[in-house]
Amino acid sequence: MAEFRLPENSRIKPGRKFAAVDGAANVRKFIVYRYEPDSGENPRTDTYEVDMDRCGPMVLDALIKIKNEIDPTLTFRRSCREGICGSCAMNIDGTNTLACTKATDEVSGDVKIYPLPHMPVVKDLVPDLTNFYAQYASIKPWLQSRTPAPPDQERLQSREDQLKINEPSACILCACCSTSCPSYWWNGDRYLGPAALLAAYRWIVDTRDEATGDRLDDLEDPFRLYRCHTIMNCTRTCPKGLNPAKAIAETKKLLAERRH
Amino acid sequence: MSLRSPLAKVLGLGSAGDGTAHWWAQRVTAVAMVILGVWFALSLPGLDLTDRESVASWVAAPLNSVLLILLIAVGAYHSQLGTRVVIEDYSRGWAKVTGLIAVQFIHVVLAGAGILAVVRVGTGG
Repeated sequence: MAEFRLPENSRIKPGRKFAAVDGAANVRKFIVYRYEPDSGENPRTDTYEVDMDRCGPMVLDALIKIKNEIDPTLTFRRSCREGICGSCAMNIDGTNTLACTKATDEVSGDVKIYPLPHMPVVKDLVPDLTNFYAQYASIKPWLQSRTPAPPDQERLQSREDQLKINEPSACILCACCSTSCPSYWWNGDRYLGPAALLAAYRWIVDTRDEATGDRLDDLEDPFRLYRCHTIMNCTRTCPKGLNPAKAIAETKKLLAERRH
Repeated sequence: MSLRSPLAKVLGLGSAGDGTAHWWAQRVTAVAMVILGVWFALSLPGLDLTDRESVASWVAAPLNSVLLILLIAVGAYHSQLGTRVVIEDYSRGWAKVTGLIAVQFIHVVLAGAGILAVVRVGTGG
């Protein structure tokens, strides 16, 4: 059966509290998931009081401030801090998003920060995305064509054709969508998840690609594609405003179209 | 511990090459259920459900018999398609195999009983 409760050693316990420095007038509480697998202890939530008058506006700014000034053991991924690398994807205030583009002001009350849901945790806010990346690799995210490229120029594409791939190409593979999907939680070993399916769609509708039929063959499976039950969490949570649910629906329509 | 590569795990047993027919059948039966459901809901207020004779004569009308049987058959088929997905979603191993077989048997029995009831009531049995 699918597991609906966390295993005993994954249940979260209250952790340490770090008070704000004396004299701080504008204090926000950040409740952050902490897990150190080598310690053998259960995960905990540590509470950090941060002086927002001396902190940048985004949640990532607060996390960096906590790491630099309060608790250097806090571990999280971050890189570009402008919403293009996808590294700092995490669950903030109950929603998967990017810490670098989520303003602390958008959260009312304490700011609760957890790693992306239902993934193995490497440490603190760092999930293990090995399976997620393998799923992306499985859809062969590159151009496949039997027609050789013109010797003297790139493969041409009309403006209308480019419009079809503009949005799906904008995915940054942050994994917010896949890890927000209940179907992915229960069957992430067999269901490819919205991110990989959006990437697959990006190549299916690319007019320069000549493997459309093979790509649809690979997806035509009760689990790989059809575990999507149109729950729409993926579209609601995407920090880039993309619509993986629509891409999945369009893929299903193409599969139906080639049968009738 | 498995030393299989992550990609090998994802590729697994390959694509079943199936799923579209199930997805399409769910949609077609859903449309049919909307039409049959509306007909049934509109029919109910005109019936005196406390009077067996009048209900039996309504069921006996050819159009009503056909639509009632269709409602039961399509409803059972649609329900079977849906519950199958639920079992596939949440169960593993033998529980899944047993559940899938049981769901199909139960729906066939329920549909058979429902259709027989319509025939018997319609024929005055």
